Amino acid sequence: MTNVYMPIKAEIVSIIPQTDIDYTFRLKSDILPQHGQFLQVSIPKIGEAPISISDYTDEYIELTIRKVGTVTDAIHELKPGDFLFIRGPYGHGFPVEDFKNKNVVIAAGGTGLAPVKSIINRYNRNPKEIKKLNILVGFKSPKDILFEDEIKKWKEKFDVLLTVDNGDETWKGNTGLITKFIPDLKIENSDDTIVIVVGPPMMMKFACLEFLKRGILEENIWVSFERKMSCGIGKCGHCKINETYVCLEGPVFNYTKSKQLLD
Amino acid sequence: MGIELDVKSFDDALKILSKNYKIFAPVRLKGKGAFSDTDLVTYGEISSYKDIELNEKSRYSPKEVIYPITQTLFYFTEDEYKEPEIDDKGIIVFLRPCDANSYLKLDNIFLKNGPYEDNYYKRLRDKVKFFIIECTKGFSTCFCVSTGSNKFLDYDVFVRFDNDKITCDVKNDEFSYAFSGKEVEFIPEFIEKNEIEVKLPDIDKISQNLEYVFNHELWDEYTKRCIACGRCTVSCPTCSCFSMQDIFYKDNPKCGERRRVWASCMVDGFTDVAGGHSYRQKYGERMRFKVMHKIYDYKKRFGTTMCVGCGRCDDVCPEYISFIKIVSKVTDAVDRGESK
Ligand code: SF4
Ligand code: SF4
Repeated sequence: MTNVYMPIKAEIVSIIPQTDIDYTFRLKSDILPQHGQFLQVSIPKIGEAPISISDYTDEYIELTIRKVGTVTDAIHELKPGDFLFIRGPYGHGFPVEDFKNKNVVIAAGGTGLAPVKSIINRYNRNPKEIKKLNILVGFKSPKDILFEDEIKKWKEKFDVLLTVDNGDETWKGNTGLITKFIPDLKIENSDDTIVIVVGPPMMMKFACLEFLKRGILEENIWVSFERKMSCGIGKCGHCKINETYVCLEGPVFNYTKSKQLLD
Repeated sequence: MGIELDVKSFDDALKILSKNYKIFAPVRLKGKGAFSDTDLVTYGEISSYKDIELNEKSRYSPKEVIYPITQTLFYFTEDEYKEPEIDDKGIIVFLRPCDANSYLKLDNIFLKNGPYEDNYYKRLRDKVKFFIIECTKGFSTCFCVSTGSNKFLDYDVFVRFDNDKITCDVKNDEFSYAFSGKEVEFIPEFIEKNEIEVKLPDIDKISQNLEYVFNHELWDEYTKRCIACGRCTVSCPTCSCFSMQDIFYKDNPKCGERRRVWASCMVDGFTDVAGGHSYRQKYGERMRFKVMHKIYDYKKRFGTTMCVGCGRCDDVCPEYISFIKIVSKVTDAVDRGESK
């Protein structure tokens, strides 16, 4: 009988600190996930947690992990050459095939950038796959900014708006919540624009409403949910929202579905 | 056809069966109840007729036979994951129709939900042989007829306990060798009417009025009354949620294990995401989540009501909250909301 809870061992090849509490771990792996899928990541004797895949190639996968609990604290202690244990990928990712030749807007708040980063890098490699890409990213403060180098690179090809909720003395960029910038966003053909919104629950809720006001169709909005999960495969019950298992039907949902997920 | 046995020959049968099977049945644990000098009726291993408790409903269901409260998934030695071995013996469970049906409900989650079968569940579940205890009277909080769980026909052996006269219908020939007694005419019976009848809501009507049902004021009462102790879910034969837990051994921290332990959607922490966010903080919201799972969304997913009507949740609630009453209120609200 296959043991569905048995993880595989994956070597950490490098660790890239993003902020004081967010590190990107690059693992040797040939897993080829869908954009937006997640893994169950564990350290024996410490525990297991769901982590979204922030990027991948056929040689490695990247996990950007925030230090927020027992398991992630322990992961942050690891060094290159150490091992993480992974199983997955699980869930449904973003249906990028359906986004071809369209305008795409990606709005990400905080760690919400991790699950969509691989899509942005996909378009960065093949800009012709879509008509246009707008990126809106928001962080709490300048010291919370993730993937700074990559954001710089994206700016060369795409419209990127970076904002922080609260700036500091040295901050010269935009301040304010992402939602503030949606009304003025250049959207050419709203019927043909795909919007991806990922971030904290409140940010997603209000950002989606702003995009709807801009004439974006409900069926063109995609979100991704973060929930507690112990299994990732529809057994443990933690991620269930009424009739929906986030691990199975999500974590990526179309807005027509996500708006019905009542808690 | 049935076989009639006296206590002695029934005990002989158990003895023969126990060579290849572990045998579970409701048992009375003296002095182990919640209050001093009370007993706990629960499931345990038995070896003779006198071990079986037939007069009282068990507080806990037989789900722990196939889905233990704490189950080790892996033993760790340094960097290795090792799966624990299990007993070679089969499993015989003496249970009432409601509880037998609850195994089928658990099957939906562990074997059919999502793309994978849960191997830890399956390896125990595959061993199970159903020995149905005939139940024609039930207990004061039973409503299995309303939930359609009063019958279970796919049994291996059906047993009528009539004082010291025991009649068995041995449907599975595999077990014929163990039972020797007089052949008698025997038609197994199932309860046809409980003292309590509950009208379950029409799930299509709920689907059409989802927000109305979800935001209904009926749930508010439970924000005040429920204390989120989780007893209802622990006693429920169909509750299947769990959390993972890793530990290391104090005397040898290099070794340890990963376990799964029962979890409850009624208890704090169930939805906590790393970083502090949680959902359904109000106890009324948790009650709605639990009740809707039992009578609505599970049915939408699997085509059968999750609740089997055993009534244990009502028996164990320290705040005297009645699931039965809540279901009636939901049905009422749905019917009234619909006619508006
Ligand atoms: S719910 Fe009660 S009456 Fe129905 S089978 Fe179970 S114990 Fe018997
Ligand atoms: S047993 Fe009663 S008080 Fe405890 S969680 Fe269940 S409904 Fe609430």
